[in-house]
Amino acid sequence: MADYRAYDHDVLVVGAGGAGLRAAIEAAASGVSVGLVCKSLLGKAHTVMAEGGMAAAMGNVDDRDNWKVHFTDTLRGGQYVNNWRMAELHAKEAPDRVRELEAWGALFDRTKDGRILQRNFGGHRYPRLAHVGDRTGLEMIRTLQDHGIHQGIDVHMEVTIVSLLKRGDRVVGALAYDRHHGGFLLFRAKAVVLATGGVGRAFRITSNSWEYSGDGQALAYQAGADLTDMEFIQFHPTGMVWPPSVKGILVTEGVRGEGGVLLNNKGERFMFKDIPENYRAQTADDPEEGWRYTQGDKEARRPPELLTRDHVARCIVREVREGRGSPHGGVFLDIAWIKERLPNAADHIRKKLPSMYHQFKQLADIDITKEPMEIGPTTHYIMGGIRVDGDSQMSTVPGLFAAGESAAGLHGANRLGGNSLSDLLVFGKRAGEFAARFAKENVALAPDEGEVAERIKEALAPFDRKTGESPFQVQHDLQAMMQELVGIVRREDEMVRAAERLETLRERAIRVAVTGNREYNPGWHTAIDLGHLITVSEAIILSAIARKESRGGHFREDYPEKKAEFAGFNYCVRKGADGAMALAARPIPPLPAELKQIVEEMK
Amino acid sequence: MARATFSIWRGEAGQGKLIDYTTDVSEGMVVLDAIHDIQATQATDLACRWNCKAGKCGSCSAEINGQPRLMCMTRMNQLDLSEPVTIEPMRTFPHLKDLVTDVSWNYEVKKKIARFNPRKPDAADGTWRMQQEDVDRPQEFRKCIECFLCQDVCHVLRDHHLHDEFIGPRFLVYAANLEMNPIDAENRLEDLRKLHGIGYCNITKCCTRVCPEEIKITDNAIIPLKERVVDNAFDPLAKLIGLVTGKIPGP
Repeated sequence: MADYRAYDHDVLVVGAGGAGLRAAIEAAASGVSVGLVCKSLLGKAHTVMAEGGMAAAMGNVDDRDNWKVHFTDTLRGGQYVNNWRMAELHAKEAPDRVRELEAWGALFDRTKDGRILQRNFGGHRYPRLAHVGDRTGLEMIRTLQDHGIHQGIDVHMEVTIVSLLKRGDRVVGALAYDRHHGGFLLFRAKAVVLATGGVGRAFRITSNSWEYSGDGQALAYQAGADLTDMEFIQFHPTGMVWPPSVKGILVTEGVRGEGGVLLNNKGERFMFKDIPENYRAQTADDPEEGWRYTQGDKEARRPPELLTRDHVARCIVREVREGRGSPHGGVFLDIAWIKERLPNAADHIRKKLPSMYHQFKQLADIDITKEPMEIGPTTHYIMGGIRVDGDSQMSTVPGLFAAGESAAGLHGANRLGGNSLSDLLVFGKRAGEFAARFAKENVALAPDEGEVAERIKEALAPFDRKTGESPFQVQHDLQAMMQELVGIVRREDEMVRAAERLETLRERAIRVAVTGNREYNPGWHTAIDLGHLITVSEAIILSAIARKESRGGHFREDYPEKKAEFAGFNYCVRKGADGAMALAARPIPPLPAELKQIVEEMK
Repeated sequence: MARATFSIWRGEAGQGKLIDYTTDVSEGMVVLDAIHDIQATQATDLACRWNCKAGKCGSCSAEINGQPRLMCMTRMNQLDLSEPVTIEPMRTFPHLKDLVTDVSWNYEVKKKIARFNPRKPDAADGTWRMQQEDVDRPQEFRKCIECFLCQDVCHVLRDHHLHDEFIGPRFLVYAANLEMNPIDAENRLEDLRKLHGIGYCNITKCCTRVCPEEIKITDNAIIPLKERVVDNAFDPLAKLIGLVTGKIPGP
């Protein structure tokens, strides 16, 4: 018999960021037993890094806002390939999810009349982001954590899932290993919720932590679930570019929301030069109007710096390529200029953007109240992921649910800033609720012992090899390859080359060797992560080659225009009967009449 | 390119020694970068915790040249590179491996503190109204990233090992955040005195000095809490009123 510790939970939640915690809380509230697996310590998940806020049409700052406006903003930002049902539920339910956080102890910044303050963000028509300075993600995860620890949830810290386990069509548990001791854990569960976040570690320049290795997407794929929209990756326009060791660290969009402007090396506000047609009516005519917008003037329209992230990132790449970049290959983001308009501007900036102030001061010796920042695009978020039912968040595999970044659909081809935190809450709750319901309606099935033993053997294989490459080297080469060939600007020939190189990397990955023992061994962990990274990279490449147009986060230099014939479907990948990855186009169901009417009204 | 030597604590369960590794140092580099370089090229089993590498998650706490700090926020130009830079795990917690310690005690402590308990919503829309100046104070405490450096440096825990009697600065900050939340209705003052050992803190402010979030732990959290605890337990006027009104039973 294989050597492992076994745990029984009705619902197993994998991932303890915003979505996982919210799912676990909801499932526990419905009376089922819940296990929560954290890859790191509780409260350290990537949600902690979210800065700007969570979007919810509460209308506290501008009472013209409502769910219909939020819904249409989300579809417009996603270029209409979103799962419209998710966009509808998200817009309707986000306000309640935010207010619920307050009832659990969150302390948002306030309006003058004592309600939750909301700020402007790219692509949102009205001020919509509930926030706490520029550390909203920390507030959210700590609130959920401090609430969650009193709900009877069994928390498994520093545990990583190696494989999902099935009986027939159904997921019945998961095999994991615990980092402290290097031992294996067998989770038997009636339902599993994946809330493992994104895939940023497949790229060299990223705002994502080491945990973001596509675990959930790869585990679901290996279990037979569909992944969809994997070509849509968000390159956030403003990551740090200097010094080298901080390259990729996020600079919140809140800087632009507070009046920050983008400048090239000629001092031009280049964003005014390129405003997409479908946003022209909502965009300021001149810097003066843009400034008034950031200061809450309801008659003013937003400055072009607050256009959607995909567009802003591409404009920055263009400036750099055409020789108008900053000394270290980015452009300038200037918030210090607001001292021309505001008394006590330096204090104002430190109050509104405290993390940014410290980040630049400590890591780059830049005082953002006095001088501009240098910024450039960084891999930030994947819109694609596990294909789920919009209401229940169940994947195409019975008993397997997904929420948050690891799931797909809400954001379409491009995510609006602030829609991620609200996504975590709205669909985390739904995943927890429906997973609990599934658990109540189904009996536990024991995983197959032979399969468990086989998976353990595979996981330990890197220790058996006496010689072999370092897993870190293979990971490094994979990241460099994806960055170079499947990054922000894509071409057919380069991506075909990427697909070929990926096969070489796959061969290298299964021959890596690790040294030392099984206890807290980062080399071993990286060897396990590699398999996930390669699976998601393949899905990204395959989908990105197929979409021969430019839409949202997916920009094709060889097909720079958006094409109507690609508007009607999402690409899906699934493990074929022969074990190879198979791609298919899946038509988007037509909008129901009432939603269609809303979209038309808001055009 | 400059090179620097790092003496890193290697070993398991408290047994171990400092081992020297030399690596390149580039502009703007932080200690965590050096650890990663060493991990990737010289010691793939070198254990350390990290997540965000931006000072926001509080995972990479260590003792650098004897100072409790976040490795991701400690730049090379803040260190004397002519000597080897020592990097050791936090010494207040049980050692697991290399730079990783068992911080689970902190998670157990938090569960013992009475949870947030809001009063009934009092606004017409079923929520609460709170003014910004009323949330400013607890918001400072909510900046905490739970790096546990304050726990590491606190002599009550580090030298006197009073983990069973004292919750430490991190959780006094946590309690202060709850006590000063404008809508919280719970009273934790008795627990702070009797169960959580607030009296052990003799305000040496070591915790404040190491806080990477620059929370004024002692001045803004612990001292006001101590005042409230004392007022609650020993205020003679309140006691007299209590006796007169019958809220406190007489002798």
